[in-house]
Amino acid sequence: MPAPELLVAGAIVASLILYTLTGGADFGGGVWDLLARGPRAKAQRRAIADAIAPVWEANHVWLIVAVVLLFVCFPTAFAAVSTALHVPITAMLVGVILRGAAFTFRAYDTGPGASERARAWSRVFAITSTVTPVMLGVCAGAVAAGGMPMDAQGRVVTDFVSAWWAPFPFAVGALTLALFAQLAAVYLCVEREDEALAGDFRRRGLVASAAVALCAWVAWVLAGEGAPLIRAGLVAGPGAVAAHVLTGGAGLVTVASLLRRRYRVARVAVMAQAVGVVVGWAAGQHPYLVAPDITVSSAAAPESVLVAVLWALAAGAVLLVPAFWVLYAVFKSRGGAALH
Amino acid sequence: MTDLLAARGQMAMSLGFHILLAVAGMAMPLLMVLAELRWLRTGDAVALDLAKRWSKGTAILFAVGAVSGTALSFELGLLWPEFMRLAGPIIGMPFSLEGFAFFLEAIFLGIFLYGWERVPPWAHWCAGLGVWIMGMTSGAFVVCANAWMNTPTGFTLEAGKVVSVSPWEAMFNPAAFSQVLHMLVAALEAVGMAVAGIHAWALLKDPGSRLHRMAFGIALTVGGVAALAQPLTGHVSADHVAEHQPVKLAAMEGHFHTARGAAFHLGGWPDVAARETKGSLEIPYLLSILAFSDPNAEVRGLTDFPEDQWPPVPVVHIAFQIMIFAGMALAGVAALAGFLAWRRRALPTDPWLLKLVLVTSPLGLVALEAGWTVTEVGRQPWVIRGIMRTADAVTPMPGLVVPFATFTVLYAALGLVALALLRRHVFAATPTVSAPADEEVSHARA
Ligand code: HDD
Ligand code: HEM
Ligand code: HEM
Repeated sequence: MPAPELLVAGAIVASLILYTLTGGADFGGGVWDLLARGPRAKAQRRAIADAIAPVWEANHVWLIVAVVLLFVCFPTAFAAVSTALHVPITAMLVGVILRGAAFTFRAYDTGPGASERARAWSRVFAITSTVTPVMLGVCAGAVAAGGMPMDAQGRVVTDFVSAWWAPFPFAVGALTLALFAQLAAVYLCVEREDEALAGDFRRRGLVASAAVALCAWVAWVLAGEGAPLIRAGLVAGPGAVAAHVLTGGAGLVTVASLLRRRYRVARVAVMAQAVGVVVGWAAGQHPYLVAPDITVSSAAAPESVLVAVLWALAAGAVLLVPAFWVLYAVFKSRGGAALH
Repeated sequence: MTDLLAARGQMAMSLGFHILLAVAGMAMPLLMVLAELRWLRTGDAVALDLAKRWSKGTAILFAVGAVSGTALSFELGLLWPEFMRLAGPIIGMPFSLEGFAFFLEAIFLGIFLYGWERVPPWAHWCAGLGVWIMGMTSGAFVVCANAWMNTPTGFTLEAGKVVSVSPWEAMFNPAAFSQVLHMLVAALEAVGMAVAGIHAWALLKDPGSRLHRMAFGIALTVGGVAALAQPLTGHVSADHVAEHQPVKLAAMEGHFHTARGAAFHLGGWPDVAARETKGSLEIPYLLSILAFSDPNAEVRGLTDFPEDQWPPVPVVHIAFQIMIFAGMALAGVAALAGFLAWRRRALPTDPWLLKLVLVTSPLGLVALEAGWTVTEVGRQPWVIRGIMRTADAVTPMPGLVVPFATFTVLYAALGLVALALLRRHVFAATPTVSAPADEEVSHARA
């Protein structure tokens, strides 16, 4: 049995993976709303909105779970990160708030002038869907870069800027955006029966795949100076090589199956690729939560808390798994789509 | 403005905003399922229409509640990292459980809002019931966490470090029961009366509308029953505060000097320098009775405690008076309406009563904000009573007035837009289906 703090850290990584696969794709949908073009622009927007509407509130709870687990089980790390990254986290929150509100206002506006207002809300929704993942990635990149040392009292030493205002975190921001957009495009290929529309998203998926590869390469290069620790971990860590192979391989399969219009295969592959990216980050950074001073074991809360939280997670999962299954069965099955 | 003041302002503003949406998320689902139940049992199309219209309004409030709540989970760290470093693990249990309640709530909500044609009617109704139960449950969990800040238990400190924690003892701290009870009833009261007020207004304009009549009846019943119960649960809260938080009680009452057979101060202005509450109506013995159920009980006054541990007394006292006044007024309205309904065996909709309900309908929300001011400001200067001062919890980040201003403007704008949208929904010209906003993007096509 691994130490409880490792299990909780694993649960945090799992929540981040699920957030990427679900909430991340919802953000990506907003990016394609912003970039909707051509004769089917309206249909594209509609497909995106239909895909997101019933599930986004549930999907974004994964982010809340990750944050709550972090502050409950690794309070020092939470305090350090939220102090040093105050600015990008605040920017991300403004994006989260505006985006959710705009999406809902657009859907529920009625009466005279509603369609002009809907266009304005669309803009807000699409722009914040693009900016927010970049800020989320900047925060993740800054954590990966480390550079948040602690003083003797366990408080983070920071000037509030240099931990995140650097090329590497922004490269990770771009990678996050590209990844979310790629996920959304591939999912949308599957969810649409209309061949022409699926083709639109297929092309977008291919472009996004190229962008992901490019951003990953740039981030890798910048990591040499910006995040030496994680780069070393990515080269040397035990799971690291396996994660590379999985991620790269899955990326290739995604592109190949998009080219051959095997959308269901592409969907599995792109999900595997996203899992690989998050797992690779986590493995590369292990055992640090926030380099150079905070590790998984040094920041862990008392064991009684960790054990109680693990039991709560287990009990919650018993309720959640069937509930999510029902939600997705109702809204994402083919039978459901036929009602459109 | 100092950074500490800005941080406190931002916290108060964010929570004061979120709570309005949170109570909607706790109470509206009950109104919706009651309307849908009526439709299921009688087949009355008006009831179905009402359930759908209420659910659209709720969807707007829900989304804003969810995003402002997400912001709050981060703001705890952005503004109070030292508080979280100490308290995070201790109050982790209610927060973790709350996460699951949010999940289930959001899942049931997705099915409720978008599943009218996809699941059988009874399953749809059960999803609505699930939204309600999970909304109340998440409210209860977060209030347990807040109660711990008032009566911190379930941990041991050594040299400022938490060395052992009993998560369940911390969660079920002494303040948890009274606060949760009072909060849940407050949510039903505040929202029920506010909604009753909206439909009273609509009925005054359009007295023949069956939909508004039915809505008024359901909302007034829920809000009215809660309003009658609220003074009782408030008494439970007052008992608790008297026993465990004597400084807060003294500040609430503007009670400066320890006395037996203490008088209750109705209204008035606590003059801190003179150490007396001026211009109030004094009701002899009542404070001793309310706090300890004994007319001769001793009630400790503020001067028993060092002055650097006093909260801002006038704010706490005035906020408490506002809550009591609002609570009593609503209980009076509820009793009157209930009496008329019982005498006539029918829903009373006399114009004067509708006007009375309309005028008093915001008082529940007012009491809600006032009550939280009592709890939170009354705990000052502590963020964790007796353990950590607010000034020691704040982030070292400079320039906090900028995020404070940003979030204030943002929430003010969102609040205004949400109100405008709700207004249009209530008075939508076509009752059954509100016209889709835009062919291209609308999915409100129930
Ligand atoms: C609809 C809203 C509402 C109404 C009508 C009332 N309250 Fe209240 N009150 C609240 C809503 C509220 C609240 C906002 O929900 C608080 C803040 C924290 C809490 O637990 O409940 C609160 C706190 C609160 C406290 C402080 C509890 C603490 O700090 O632990 C006391 C002593 C009372 N209330 C007492 C009363 C009494 C005697 C009322 C008589 C009518 C009353 N309240 C009406
Ligand atoms: C929604 C209802 C709530 C309202 C309206 C509210 C209001 C306030 C107000 C007015 C303050 C500022 C007090 C002052 O500085 O004088 C404050 C502070 C604070 N509240 Fe609350 N509060 C609510 C619930 C909660 C809950 C549920 C929590 C945590 C679980 C919480 C945590 C805090 C913290 C950490 C502070 C900062 C420290 C302090 O000033 O005491 N509050 N809140
Ligand atoms: C007394 C204070 C509070 C009450 C009664 C309350 C209650 C609720 C309820 C019922 C919801 C459900 C969604 C809705 O109806 O809009 C909600 C949403 C939320 N609240 Fe609060 N809350 C309070 C304070 C807080 C605090 C202090 C935090 C953070 C630390 C918080 C975090 C959240 C989050 C993250 C959500 C979104 C959940 C979702 O996505 O569904 N809340 N709150």
